[in-house]
Amino acid sequence: MNTAYLRLENITKSFPGVLANSGINLSVEKGEIHALLGENGAGKSTLMKILYGYYQQDSGSIYIEGNLVDIRTPTDAMRCGIGMVFQNFMLIPAFSVIENIALAVQKQGQMIQSQELADRIRDTAACYNLSVEPEAKVWELSIGEQQRVEILRLLFTGSRILIFDEPTSVLTPQEVEGFFEIARKLSSDGYCILFITHKLREVMALADRITVLRKGTVVNTALRQDVTESDLAYMLVGKPTIESIESDQLQEPVSQDVTLEFHDVFASGERGRSGLQGVSFTLQEREILGVAGVAGNGQTELGEVVLGLRPCSQGRIVLHGQDLTNRSTAKILEAPVAYIPEDPLQTGVAPGLSVLENMVLHKRDSQRGWRGLVMDWKEIRAKIELNVERFGLTLPNLDRPVITLSGGNIQRVVFVRELACQPRLTVAFHPTFGLDIAATKLAHELFLTSRSQGSALLLISEDLDELFALSDRIMVMHAGSVAGIVNPKTTQPFEVGLLMTGGATT
Amino acid sequence: MIGIIESILTGAVRSGTPILYGTLGEILTERAGIVNLGVEGSMVTGACVAFITTAETQDPVLGVIMGALAGGLASLIHAFMVVTLRANQIASGLALMFLCLGVTSFIGRPYVGVRITGIQTLTIPGLSDIPFLGRIMFEHDVLVYLAYLSAPLMWWFLFRTRWGLYIRAVGENKLVAFAMGVRVQVLQYSVIGIGGVFSGLGGAHLSLAYTQSWVEAMTAGRGFVAVALTIFATWHPLRGVLGAVFLAQPLLSASRFRPRGSMCPPTIFICCHMC
Repeated sequence: MNTAYLRLENITKSFPGVLANSGINLSVEKGEIHALLGENGAGKSTLMKILYGYYQQDSGSIYIEGNLVDIRTPTDAMRCGIGMVFQNFMLIPAFSVIENIALAVQKQGQMIQSQELADRIRDTAACYNLSVEPEAKVWELSIGEQQRVEILRLLFTGSRILIFDEPTSVLTPQEVEGFFEIARKLSSDGYCILFITHKLREVMALADRITVLRKGTVVNTALRQDVTESDLAYMLVGKPTIESIESDQLQEPVSQDVTLEFHDVFASGERGRSGLQGVSFTLQEREILGVAGVAGNGQTELGEVVLGLRPCSQGRIVLHGQDLTNRSTAKILEAPVAYIPEDPLQTGVAPGLSVLENMVLHKRDSQRGWRGLVMDWKEIRAKIELNVERFGLTLPNLDRPVITLSGGNIQRVVFVRELACQPRLTVAFHPTFGLDIAATKLAHELFLTSRSQGSALLLISEDLDELFALSDRIMVMHAGSVAGIVNPKTTQPFEVGLLMTGGATT
Repeated sequence: MIGIIESILTGAVRSGTPILYGTLGEILTERAGIVNLGVEGSMVTGACVAFITTAETQDPVLGVIMGALAGGLASLIHAFMVVTLRANQIASGLALMFLCLGVTSFIGRPYVGVRITGIQTLTIPGLSDIPFLGRIMFEHDVLVYLAYLSAPLMWWFLFRTRWGLYIRAVGENKLVAFAMGVRVQVLQYSVIGIGGVFSGLGGAHLSLAYTQSWVEAMTAGRGFVAVALTIFATWHPLRGVLGAVFLAQPLLSASRFRPRGSMCPPTIFICCHMC
């Protein structure tokens, strides 16, 4: 192992409340294409950012050609011949290709020799099939061309180790093929290539060796020819760690009445995302439908379309027999529909207002606390205390500003407010992301309580354990379409993992 | 008729010079992503320190140097506030302006009405014989000629050198610049300091050449006009020259009709920057 070109030993890094990397070992040979595979939050990006000096490890060491190197800033990394192409390209749109490349090329005299640099860019580009126009401004270039500029820049800075953070996530299939060819050519010239991905097919197509990360640790490192896609999917997802909830509530039968119907729904996505490409499904009353998928495959858009936060360009959405396609969010929430946002501090509460005030922010609550224009705070307080009790919760002083509460308590405020209206449908986005175990458990119990009161739940989550523990059915999204709907009781997590990553259908 | 135009333009060049310095400094600073509304403060500090130095030592060259340094030092307060402490740029700039106006009117009080021998007009032989343009452009003091050189130099620096590239990259996107190995904070400190030196030079020209006297708050809004011209020039040094010669005078005369010492309403410029 000591002959490895690059060696990471025992890298550990924690952020407040999260252990992002824990004792990671990794080695890369000269001319090797090494894939780092893992789900969101597995610690791949953190590890690569440590290598590039963007973060600093808490402990552990990095060796290049057997020599210990100390990497504290990107400058240090570049000096060691390490270059990185970030997922969101680090290019300045208003600058030309020449200027963007000149920015990274250190110690080349104080004057910028545009003409000479342009010629060198053309030469290098021709050598590696990286054709771009040096004089063009970056904003004029396509995403694929921008990526080529990034690669050119790495070559110009003398990088020998090239790190790619999800290089194909923003490319079209043709561009992906082009990228593969470039990568193979580079590796045959002795460059080390490390690429982060969660697409199994690309790993199998490109990588020489594969390291799988899960929850901040290395699960395995294997040569490509020694593993199959399903081996990788199994390593990726692992075994469920949340104890399955064996309560009576979960055993309740799903009602046959339909709550929500999607008929061939299309919607546009954020830039670089797939949006929705013809999604159809039905959601029964008292059913929890888990929505799984790798981030950016349409799950968020799905939830937003239900809530009217994102226009639906084609198709129909029916809630309890009422066509709600492209109705206003206010109208949809009145159904009533409950909305549990991903990050409550961003979209769920007004941080500076008190708990009490946040509880009556909804328009649908206007019949309850208001008397004409004046708010009857006494009555509101009594009602809210009743609701908090009904859910079996304790909340700190209702008059405190929400911003002073802990993350778990903020989530509780949102839960109480949203579920108190006895919704017929609840749409939850990553409801337990960032919560500790106790708060997560409580959230799950609240969902089940709400379900037994007759609500259907659309649970969008990246936590497979959570989906398997709660869902009656799991719908897997891939590239904006439904890749499959499975029964969690008869399905293994790795099969869902395969569907998520666009692998073979089961 | 020609004579009138000639003398108007000569006056415009002379009175535009302090503003051009301020504008060039602010262009440099804003190219690195820092808005410094304290130009007025740096300028008045430069004017005051240059005047006091000259009055005490009878040496206007030393006065100019001290004025420029004082302007740079004053703006480093802004750098500390916004780069190190990450304070709001608008608030910090305004605070710097009020601080400098207050401090200079206090330390400059004994020098009101003092007579000095300022910077003398230096007619450039040959060039000043050019009909029309000669008198307008080449019968001024050294600081005016230095301003002529500064604008193209600034352009060359920003668009042709590596440091200029770094500055513009920091202004466009700090994170990218950092990832490319640019030391963002050091660069922002330097640029704010140098921008202040320019404002200080402008102030020195004002008190040592233009009026050859010291009155409290004598910049009278020129710093804010400089900030406005920065936007007018779309952060381009050569367009800044046009603005300084042709727009500075009308903008300033608007404030002439106000009581002495008051400034153009800062709110207008703040609004421009908030947009």
